[in-house]
Amino acid sequence: MVRVAIDVLLKDEILDPQGQAIERALPQLGFEDVREVRVGKHVELTLPAGDDLAERVEAMADQLLANPVIESFTYRVLDEDHDRAR
Amino acid sequence: MSRRVGVVQFPGSCDERDALHALALVGAEPELLWHAEAELRGVDAVVVPGGFTYGDYLRAGALARFAPIMGAVAQFAAEGGPVLGICNGFQVLCEARLLPGALTENVTLRFVHRAVDVRVEATNPWSAGLVPGATLTVPIKHGEGRYVHPDPQGLADAGQVWLRYADDNPNGSVADIAGVTNAAGNVAGLMPHPEHAVDPLLGGTDGRGLLAAAAPAPAAH
Repeated sequence: MVRVAIDVLLKDEILDPQGQAIERALPQLGFEDVREVRVGKHVELTLPAGDDLAERVEAMADQLLANPVIESFTYRVLDEDHDRAR
Repeated sequence: MSRRVGVVQFPGSCDERDALHALALVGAEPELLWHAEAELRGVDAVVVPGGFTYGDYLRAGALARFAPIMGAVAQFAAEGGPVLGICNGFQVLCEARLLPGALTENVTLRFVHRAVDVRVEATNPWSAGLVPGATLTVPIKHGEGRYVHPDPQGLADAGQVWLRYADDNPNGSVADIAGVTNAAGNVAGLMPHPEHAVDPLLGGTDGRGLLAAAAPAPAAH
């Protein structure tokens, strides 16, 4: 099994009002000159390993986890042979 | 002859009763359709009502498209049947890719609830009695009503921009778009709530004009 992390963000051209609100708040804590704050979703999941892993992850991101009209996604494999103890 | 109109009820729908009431007022025979059913019982038109289907988890409308009834709705739409998505129903139809574009958080990050004026831009079966340019006052109530489309002008040129906000744009929608249709024009979606504007005692009756596909069919001559 493989643990994969998928990050979903609004596309660059889509206005992100949450990011803007955070950007406006940070200077009040003394963090000046912070720019281009973008807020997204982080999804982690465990799935069977295999040669078609990239294909499967991209398909699930494209068909459900992200809406391709407004969002883009990136993913990375966190842990091969994953068997996370909780 | 009155038309049978199905109103799809999902877990988290909340406007299905108002939709039934409004559809009856315009002369339809409305009935609830349960999300777990796989067929539409032969109705003449379908309304996907407002609410918060499946808790709006992931994205508003994203999970409702996997309900068994959505396969039947997609087939009905492909065959040219009239389908109307209101508010969350609009989001569901966009997520199901039966309508172009997507809806995301209001630019203000605030839930908006007030009456707005919308202008009819194109005709389709749901506003059959209205001419382009007509302005209607209809309530909105949503947190995720910002319509996004990569080519709003192309959409308008194709006649798929149905309604625009006439005065103020309450949610940051691109090109003030409040409602769109599919290319064939039989599937329509809008963020305003026509089913909440059908009674003169409760803020006007302009919503009735957006439910025309549910009105009785003219008698054949």
